[in-house]
Amino acid sequence: MNRPFRCALIQMTPALGLFRENLERHLAWLRHPEAREADLVVFPELSLTGYLLQDLVAEVALSDPEGALGPLLEASRERDLVVGLVLEGPDFLFHNAALYLSAGRILHVHRKVYLPTYGMFDEGRYFAPGNAFQAFDTPLGRMGILICEDAWHLSASYLYALQGAHTLLVLSGSPGRGLRVQEAEAASVQAWERVGQTLAQFLTVHWVYVNRAGYEDGLAFAGGSYAADPFGNLLLDGAENVEAAYGVTIRPSDVRRARTLTPLLRDERPDLVLRELEALLPRRGAPLG
Amino acid sequence: MAKTYPPPLQPDLAVAIITRFLQEELQKTGFGRFVVGLSGGVDSALSCALAVRAVGPERVLAVKMPYRLSDPRSERDAGTVAALLGVAADRVDISPMVDAYFAEEAEAPPLRRGNFMARVRMAVLFDRSAREKALVLGTSNKTELLLGYGTWYGDMASSLNPIGDLYKSHVWQLGAHLGLPREILEKPPSADLWQGQTDEGELGLTYAEADAVLYLLVDERHTVEEAAEATGFPLSRVQSILARVEASQFKRRLPVIPKLTHRTVGIDFRYPRDWGR
Repeated sequence: MNRPFRCALIQMTPALGLFRENLERHLAWLRHPEAREADLVVFPELSLTGYLLQDLVAEVALSDPEGALGPLLEASRERDLVVGLVLEGPDFLFHNAALYLSAGRILHVHRKVYLPTYGMFDEGRYFAPGNAFQAFDTPLGRMGILICEDAWHLSASYLYALQGAHTLLVLSGSPGRGLRVQEAEAASVQAWERVGQTLAQFLTVHWVYVNRAGYEDGLAFAGGSYAADPFGNLLLDGAENVEAAYGVTIRPSDVRRARTLTPLLRDERPDLVLRELEALLPRRGAPLG
Repeated sequence: MAKTYPPPLQPDLAVAIITRFLQEELQKTGFGRFVVGLSGGVDSALSCALAVRAVGPERVLAVKMPYRLSDPRSERDAGTVAALLGVAADRVDISPMVDAYFAEEAEAPPLRRGNFMARVRMAVLFDRSAREKALVLGTSNKTELLLGYGTWYGDMASSLNPIGDLYKSHVWQLGAHLGLPREILEKPPSADLWQGQTDEGELGLTYAEADAVLYLLVDERHTVEEAAEATGFPLSRVQSILARVEASQFKRRLPVIPKLTHRTVGIDFRYPRDWGR
């Protein structure tokens, strides 16, 4: 449980709406040296379908992921995998989801809770929201999965940390935007790094962020995958925009060290938070004052 | 120090994002080349330069399409750009096509003639597109798109528009960054649809004004009052720019369809352009 493990971040470009093709692309990426050396391989958001699906959502949704993911489940006997896809429930609702595959089976499913529906995003139109942030045990320690916008809601990572997660995996499909003359990276890429490093430090967890590359209808997915340790240091800072695979070593002992030096979670007061939230909820959305 | 609106871009990153976009689009569509109309102005020169940067000069075809009353300097500058970038440049004189039509429409004012010429050029480019299996590159910058300062289904028509999210000031910035000649960068912008026409004269405002106001209203979502205060322009000037954007919204949309069925093109039949690619 406490041994260091190697995590591969696959900054790939999926084909839009082509599940079979993307399955092949995943298998090809798994032959990459970084993936072969890894204990855990993380793909980006909607890695098996592409992002800008719109009305294709219903056409690429999987109601029987075990059946459709055979080769990936097989590959998960060698190393754990996290992939993104559209899941269809028995209620015929479609979820933007991530699956953690391990030892030939689906170990955990996360359904994206926060569906951005503003600006260039329209996910609330096409997907049903998930309703849980549930940390889970893996052979590599306790983890939590965030899908893109989930990470921009403080409470999601907070809940995972309180549930005992040591590593947060963030699957992203983030288009780059905001180019400023003095800055080598787009504003959105810098913002992602700031958020991840800050949350990793606040919550004393490892943070692994995998963003995709490629273009869909002019959206330039920004790559820039990275990892941060529980002190908020960048362990890895991937290139922008291009396809690439990266590897990083995650040392659970760093979580212990960070929590020994700075026992923020020990001193955290969820009971106080709960009390305040319960008092606040009935008033939320009502005019102030 | 006074702030610059819009602030300049990180030029290397902007060029990298646009050139990879162009490379990927060729791959996705299965087309082999790009075709672009070279007017002698900075916008088409930049589109062409970006395409050359992306796929090499041998996969970019430039087309010069002068009309007999066009400023001769336009064609000369277009030739300079083509030679500098090392691209083949075809020449199609649109005068016979345009004159044949207006022989029966002798009273047509310059605006109608200008729009017609822009649409003839579009027709030529899309025919070259079919002949050469080449995607037509757009040359409308963000300032023009927002102001609606272009001919609908004329110069606003293209397969891909690499410069559509660049304000005019960004076009100049990236043009200089990519080494476009000074005479192209410094000459007054003109659609050259009639003699002596300049963009800024026809619009009644400068690109510097338009860029600053549009950036504050569109990108930064400031109110007209805030934009006036930030730029120091009179409120009425800011309002007139916004009015232009509003009045030209139709140019930025597909034709409107009255809805009858459950799923209607352009309303609730929503698939990405890159469907299955």
